Amino acid sequence: MTTPFYVSPEQIMRDKSDYARKGIARGRAVLVMVYADGVLFCGENPSKALHKISEIYDRIAFAAVGKYNEFENLRLAGVRYADLRGYQYDRSDVTSRGLANAYAQTLGTIFTESGKPYEVELTVAEVGDAPADDQLYRLTYDGSVAEEHGYVVMGGNSEPISAAVKDAFAADASLEDAVRLAVKALGAAGDGAEARTIAPASLEAAVLDRTRTRRTFKRLTAERLGTILGA
Amino acid sequence: MTLHGRLPAHFTAPGTSSFSDFLGAAAPDLLPSRMRLPEGSTVEAPHGTTIVAVTHTSGVVMAGDRRATMGNIIAQRDIEKVFPADEFSCVGIAGTAGLAIEMVRLFQVELEHYEKLEGSTLSLEGKANRLSAMIRGNLAMAMQGLAVVPLFAGYDLERREGRIFSYDVTGGRYEEHSFHSVGSGSMFARGALKKQFREDASELDAVRLAVDALYDAADDDSATGGPDLARRIFPIVMSVTADGLRRVPEEEVGAVVEAIVAERMTRPGG
Repeated sequence: MTTPFYVSPEQIMRDKSDYARKGIARGRAVLVMVYADGVLFCGENPSKALHKISEIYDRIAFAAVGKYNEFENLRLAGVRYADLRGYQYDRSDVTSRGLANAYAQTLGTIFTESGKPYEVELTVAEVGDAPADDQLYRLTYDGSVAEEHGYVVMGGNSEPISAAVKDAFAADASLEDAVRLAVKALGAAGDGAEARTIAPASLEAAVLDRTRTRRTFKRLTAERLGTILGA
Repeated sequence: MTLHGRLPAHFTAPGTSSFSDFLGAAAPDLLPSRMRLPEGSTVEAPHGTTIVAVTHTSGVVMAGDRRATMGNIIAQRDIEKVFPADEFSCVGIAGTAGLAIEMVRLFQVELEHYEKLEGSTLSLEGKANRLSAMIRGNLAMAMQGLAVVPLFAGYDLERREGRIFSYDVTGGRYEEHSFHSVGSGSMFARGALKKQFREDASELDAVRLAVDALYDAADDDSATGGPDLARRIFPIVMSVTADGLRRVPEEEVGAVVEAIVAERMTRPGG
């Protein structure tokens, strides 16, 4: 009889991380960015029905990259979590921090306890009364949470995109400027390769608009994006 | 309910877009329909009274008086009994106020929850049916005297018209045409609506008619509150059209009320 071969815990975790990272890097990027009147979400997504960006609650939205069925499952859980909270206590008691914690616990447990980790990366964003009050939480496949300021880039090809946003980013930009910057950045390519221009029809974009009351989430239609980008 | 560790399986289970179904699995204690009274007992609780709804050429208007009563006592003189259900519908409640308000809260979450999960809104009939199921869940309480009788109205985006649905305590759902009223003063309000309803009424005409009908209800039913000019407490009026729901501002309702009261000074019978 042969001895069952030993794999160190470090190796198991590393393998799981590599597996998850590869899965995430295959997908197209999504960009979340603070602007003067709220938070902008923008990603390349030719599908009109399978969303990467979704409303969670009055002032909270969710963006994800990676495997659709896995982040869809988390989106479902997030909406249920938020609606339960709001019903049980009050609408003002639903916070992005609470939701980010619940997601972190869930992703962490799945990463350590199940054979296959989720191949997803999420951003939970909450719009405040002013750009300084906006909260962005980035969650990765292993349940790590990071609070980000200003903007978050997730998914494949994220380095050149981050580089493109970094210098031009301004938290007090108008919606039009923010959209133009986001779309330009999403088309950026690394290593001196030529940048792409992404057509409005293959973009998915939405905002948490701080000037709206109660439900602040609003999708930006291809038509609206076309007007902004054409101008 | 407090959460420690990962979200429980109910949260990620696919299959239902209904918030009350989810609540039944995850936190059943929170469902108003799970509430039970000891056998044979009754409690006295504030009651909401009259709600009227009137259709007009561009949608539907719903109005409710501001009184809640408990026996011969006025429990509250400025209660709100007409609520927005979602962007294109509203619900008014008569009956046990505490239970009814909780039911409306659940109904509002139910509609929004469906919209977020499915990415589309329920049809007006679908919304009316969900409300029916909630009333049916309250049947045991209704048998012990804590009945909830709502009136539901909304703008049907497919048919392009305002529609009204009424209910009985068993959850029976009936579509009403042109106008309807529920609650203790509804008999008097319905009489007024019947005499004055016009097919070609504008939104403002419908608001006037609804407030006028409430005046008649308050005139003959002690549980319905008339407009209180001293405290400036006026009926709550919601209007739903193709542009969505709006609560008619207090100044607008106030102007309508003042005109009606002035008219009644010369003709108290209306």
